Amino acid sequence: MYFNFTESPVPDRDFRVPSGCGVVGIMHQRRRLFSGETIIKSIALMRERGNGLGGGFAAYGIYPELKEYYAFHMLYDGTLEKKEAEDFLRERFEIVEDEAIPTRRVKEVKERHLLWRYFLLPKEEALIPFESEEDLVVDTVMHINAHIKGAFVMSSGKNMGIFKGVGYPEDIGNFYRLDEYKGYIWLAHNRFPTNSVGWWGGAHPFGLLDWAVVHNGEISSYGTNRRFLESFGYRCTLYTDTEVVAYLVDLFVRRFGYSPRTTAKIFSAPLWQEIERMPSEEKQVYTALRTVYGGALLNGPFAIIVANSEMMMGLNDRVKLRPLVAASMGDFLYIASEESAIRTVCPQPERVWSPKAGEPVIGELVREPEVQKIY
Amino acid sequence: MVKGMRKKILVKEEYCIGCRLCEIYCVTAHSQSKNLIRVFRYELGELAPAVIVEEREYTTFAVQCRHCEEASCVRACITGAMHRDSSTGAVYVDRDKCVGCWMCIMVCPYGVIKRGTGSNKVASKCDLCLDRELPACVENCPNEALVLTEVNE
Amino acid sequence: MAKRRSTADFVLERDDYKCIRCLACVRVCSYGANFYDERENMVFTENRKCVGCHFCEAICPTEAIVVQHNPLAIRWNAHWTSEVVTDIMKQAETGGVLLTSMGNDKPYFTYFDRMVLNASQVTNPSIDPLREPMEIRTFIGKKPLSLELEESEGSVALKTQIAPQLKLEVPIMFSAMSYGSISLNASKSLAKAAQTVGTYFNTGEGGLHKDLKEFGENMIVQCASGRFGVNVDYLNAGAAVEIKIGQGAKPGIGGHLPGEKVTEPISETRMIPVGTDAISPAPHHDIYSIEDLRQLIYAIKEATRYKKPVGVKIAAVHNVAPIASGIVRAGADFVVIDGIRGGTGATPKVTRDNVGIPIELAIAVVDKRLRDEGIRHLASIIVAGGIRKSSDVIKAIALGADAVYIGTAALVALGCHLCQKCYMGKCNWGIATQDPKLVRRLNPEIGARRAANLLRAWALEIKEILGGMGINAIESLRGNRDVLRGVGLQEHELEILGIKPAGEAW
Repeated sequence: MYFNFTESPVPDRDFRVPSGCGVVGIMHQRRRLFSGETIIKSIALMRERGNGLGGGFAAYGIYPELKEYYAFHMLYDGTLEKKEAEDFLRERFEIVEDEAIPTRRVKEVKERHLLWRYFLLPKEEALIPFESEEDLVVDTVMHINAHIKGAFVMSSGKNMGIFKGVGYPEDIGNFYRLDEYKGYIWLAHNRFPTNSVGWWGGAHPFGLLDWAVVHNGEISSYGTNRRFLESFGYRCTLYTDTEVVAYLVDLFVRRFGYSPRTTAKIFSAPLWQEIERMPSEEKQVYTALRTVYGGALLNGPFAIIVANSEMMMGLNDRVKLRPLVAASMGDFLYIASEESAIRTVCPQPERVWSPKAGEPVIGELVREPEVQKIY
Repeated sequence: MVKGMRKKILVKEEYCIGCRLCEIYCVTAHSQSKNLIRVFRYELGELAPAVIVEEREYTTFAVQCRHCEEASCVRACITGAMHRDSSTGAVYVDRDKCVGCWMCIMVCPYGVIKRGTGSNKVASKCDLCLDRELPACVENCPNEALVLTEVNE
Repeated sequence: MAKRRSTADFVLERDDYKCIRCLACVRVCSYGANFYDERENMVFTENRKCVGCHFCEAICPTEAIVVQHNPLAIRWNAHWTSEVVTDIMKQAETGGVLLTSMGNDKPYFTYFDRMVLNASQVTNPSIDPLREPMEIRTFIGKKPLSLELEESEGSVALKTQIAPQLKLEVPIMFSAMSYGSISLNASKSLAKAAQTVGTYFNTGEGGLHKDLKEFGENMIVQCASGRFGVNVDYLNAGAAVEIKIGQGAKPGIGGHLPGEKVTEPISETRMIPVGTDAISPAPHHDIYSIEDLRQLIYAIKEATRYKKPVGVKIAAVHNVAPIASGIVRAGADFVVIDGIRGGTGATPKVTRDNVGIPIELAIAVVDKRLRDEGIRHLASIIVAGGIRKSSDVIKAIALGADAVYIGTAALVALGCHLCQKCYMGKCNWGIATQDPKLVRRLNPEIGARRAANLLRAWALEIKEILGGMGINAIESLRGNRDVLRGVGLQEHELEILGIKPAGEAW
């Protein structure tokens, strides 16, 4: 049985829960795969930053044999919900392969959910009303999360997956057997929600397509951001402020084709007084970005790490109200809430720095023979 | 002629509302008690305002001694009572020296010197309230129709 | 005795001991209520003439005067209030429409007072506006849904051309008040304050006095049904053009400036002969439908070479949401919605007190409707009608407005005591009058300073509240109804406002 409602929970799917957190992102910029052990060790060091009510990981490059297919990591309350969701998925996708997500028994993790993964190929006929495959996937995720009660899509990208749940992250990592996976980008999150009970779907990372977001902070502009996103067809139904970040990156980077840097400058926009001092063309661009995308400005304290298959970006709010440290060592880029979390897995990085408020740290994949770039 | 900063009261005729509060406050500022009600009840006899509100149809404006550069009153004074203070550049009357000939009243082109109500001596003549931060008329004008300026000469 | 005089609304109490017979009160009362009896050496007041403007009270140097409501107007009755009885008496006497001024003064629900704001505690730090930047700059005008950028190695270039915008340093503007309804000194005060603070004032429908031309960069010119003073130079004189369809104090009604008020300078700005009545028809006679409005919007855009935002002002009525949607689709760059509390220089009392809907509800439904239709970005929403304080501004913006217009609040800053007698043209404060003797009572330097102070004070308060919420830019407040909670509102009202009841978390 997958149910274990001994306490009477206020599941955070019904409320937006402000939370404090610890975040880590590790990337190898030449796609070298490394096991999940590293990031578990790193996030475990910041146990203080969580309270055992949520932990999670995102891993890129873990399904090389099935990289053509959309990997859906699903969370079900039970078999009925699974059937309902599968029926819906089959209308739109061919299920190439599916299986239970492998887990091991860990006494700290009180399992309540049925965890399943699917590798999906969009059906030609299902694509007709959509502009692209990605739009179909986005719509599918939105539909399941909003309308199929008891079913939740944790991740939906290719060659990547999100593993999350209620517990300390090291226990969650152990539970999902992440030591057995190898990826080139890993994100991890340790959650400190401020309500009584965590819901598995409310843990981070939050994902859509191959986007994954981990977030420490509170998006005080949530209402405005949600309203902005709704005008582009996104439905924010999960009441976690992190979801708006995932949708906003999807909108700006995937749909509008903006660079991660420009996107970061929309989220943590320069102050008007800084814009006033810019050279005229730049001033015009930034004035326009703020004027038009004011609804996408992320306000309130945050440190976020966003990744997709191509890059990883760390970003602070405009005042830097949450900690974020970056470091590099060879082809490795580390971003974390605390320097100690980096040094525990990379004791002597070549460079360690604290990104300024609103200044993104962007690590992109290096295409041979290009040189690595971090700006 | 004294060089340097000189205080002047600027009259903004277009904003004078004709309430005559400047007159009341001028009298009070030069009274013993400095209290409006007491002045009205007990001290009015000797006092007259040094600022006068002129009124004709829609036009009203308050005017007080201009402290003219070429002050006719100073020239006309037979005793030297009417004199220019060398430090402030303002024109004052020394009541001890005044003999009440009223030549100054005759020659003043603005009609802002008045004789005393109790004696024959010149009683009221704007002294720019130099003991105050702002002249009483300026401070209390409800519409800022009187403004203190400093002119560099 | 059926024929009788109506009772006085006010009683003027004069403390005879304090009265120094300076006669300032006698000199200043334009209604002739105060008079001096030489033989008695006493100042008296004819209470019936007193309108309760408090000018004499303000000017009395010894505080001898207190103006009070007449406490024993008629026998108290919840249904047949003294106002009702007095109105009936006046109408029995005159047989005419009762006129009044300023905004609706009836005790309708003010939703602003039933909404409370949020603040940060623990989970996000509040921001101290004295130490951290706090941004309230606002742009009014049509925005594209998205921007086309050309990005190359570290540089970004803008490909999309953005429609003209008004840049507001505070999200507050002075609403339309014509030269004619208010004095030139009042207009000058607001114009100068707008220039100082970096916002806009609105000429109203009375044309443009030559003294106001220098404030063009901070001016919105209005084009109303009477088209007074409207020509191509006028349209191009300001930073934006506003087509006035209606106003909150008198939805569905035009305007009438009596001929005796059309003095030489008024005749010059309104471009009508001296002494003729200036009548603004109820509708624009070239706009009988939405497609006609579109033609006027584009005619004005053509005339201004597409360099100025063109907006449309309407009164908030039952159908305000679909009407606003139509206006946006007709090409307006901003929509002004004026609620039931909106003020005026003159209006039939029956209209002012009964027609229209509260602005709070109108903002909520208009913003929602435009968002539902996916056209919210095409126009900014400016709201007006009873904005009294900075918290009203914050709540209006949180409900979805881009900026607000203030009229009454601005006039109060200039001295107005809401005696509601603007239509008599005898305003003692020099605001709603053309009498040169009264106009000079408003020194525009003082007026500009006070109006600018009001905007600055509100701006500081807005920043305080934003900081408390942990937000440092007003963009993050706009339409953020999450920061609002309703107190004592019914479920359906909460639904219309799109807010949760107090006590409910996110």
